[in-house]
Amino acid sequence: MQLERLADTFFNLQVMQQYLPKIVEGFFITIQIALAVVLAGIASGLLLALVRAFRIRAVNFFIILGVDVLRALPPLVLIIGFYFALPAIGVRMSAWVATWLALSLVLMAFAEEIFWAGILAVPKGQWEAARSTGLSFVQTLTEVVMPQAVRMTIPPLTNRTIAITKGTALGAVVAVGEILYQAQTAYSFSYNPSPLVLGAVAYLILFIPVAYFGRWVEKRFVWKR
Amino acid sequence: MDHLIHSFFNFEILSQAWPLLLAGFWMTVGLALLVVPLGLAGGLLVALASTSRHRLARWLVVIYVDFFRAFPPLVLLMFIAFGLPFLGFNPGAFIAVALSLLLNTSSYYGEIFRAGIESIARGQHEAARSTGLSVPQTMAYVVLPQAIKNVVPDLISNTLEVIKLTSLASVVALPELLYAARQAQSLTYNATPIIAAGIIYLVCLWPLVRLLSRFEHRQIALH
Repeated sequence: MQLERLADTFFNLQVMQQYLPKIVEGFFITIQIALAVVLAGIASGLLLALVRAFRIRAVNFFIILGVDVLRALPPLVLIIGFYFALPAIGVRMSAWVATWLALSLVLMAFAEEIFWAGILAVPKGQWEAARSTGLSFVQTLTEVVMPQAVRMTIPPLTNRTIAITKGTALGAVVAVGEILYQAQTAYSFSYNPSPLVLGAVAYLILFIPVAYFGRWVEKRFVWKR
Repeated sequence: MDHLIHSFFNFEILSQAWPLLLAGFWMTVGLALLVVPLGLAGGLLVALASTSRHRLARWLVVIYVDFFRAFPPLVLLMFIAFGLPFLGFNPGAFIAVALSLLLNTSSYYGEIFRAGIESIARGQHEAARSTGLSVPQTMAYVVLPQAIKNVVPDLISNTLEVIKLTSLASVVALPELLYAARQAQSLTYNATPIIAAGIIYLVCLWPLVRLLSRFEHRQIALH
């Protein structure tokens, strides 16, 4: 009897059936934001690390400052800031863009630090040897240093990327229609927590394979030379 | 420019919002002071259980860690805050936040401690045991001190993440810093409180970021 009531509350098939399409819709929106964040964040982080390698003092000062700020601020504060504070000075963006931009910036900051650490880990002798064979600075950077640096950075970068893509759930706070938002809306319409269970299952389906992929990557590309 | 200052750096608004922000700040500090030490302790327990000789214990730990690391922390929080009351137990916002952050962060800390323990050579256990130390003594006096030293940067990194995660509490209306800022914004129709909250987070967490960055570069240079 108790068990039946429990099942009726948390695993109410009728409610689940009703809201399943919404959760599936949210599932794809979560994937969409996550992919957009991964692409933008890693590409811009790589670019910043490459720029930093030129060691132009004034430029690097701003890169380090920006990266530090983005690592110190909670992502939710960034999202709220973009969505609720920027309109005060006439900058308006959709909730989707605010979430995407905030998470991409955070990933950019972490990716830049990781790529930069990778660049530093390539011994100085490699630079000198490459330059002495007649390669230019840019050629040395892109064809000798980066291939080694990137390989070393794959495990920490994968883990960080996974952690940040889980932040897509924060989009629910500004009503982006991803999984959590759909589950939460369905919960408040039905006043039944089954949609939350459904949402949780959706996250498990999405992130458990990703977590195992992360573990595999960690074993496959050990941080060593 | 004037418009920017009026909207984002308005001292009149700031002085009105200050008491609210300050109360929020202390709530954030309180949450962090509760969750970080308990999370560290929980993580250590998780890591010790993963070295257990009982297969069942090791399995349970793997399930615990994978489960709570796969969930976005906000999803966990929603579940605890809105789901638990249906089981006849209403934890209240503070406990719900603390519990969800604890479940999340103890699995992260656990993985970090486990990596540290695994970084200590098997011979150290054997040498310690052969001098007559018991298993718990070996763990406490020989393995853990070295293991923890090896993972200090990761521990700091995760601590930074947990402190940032306390901002999720705003979603279940626990009046911590971010919630206080949002509340002050809607009372004053001005975005200054949100900017101020951002600056407070920045001032408090920036030293931790610097420290971490230094560790990371040194760690790589050692390779």
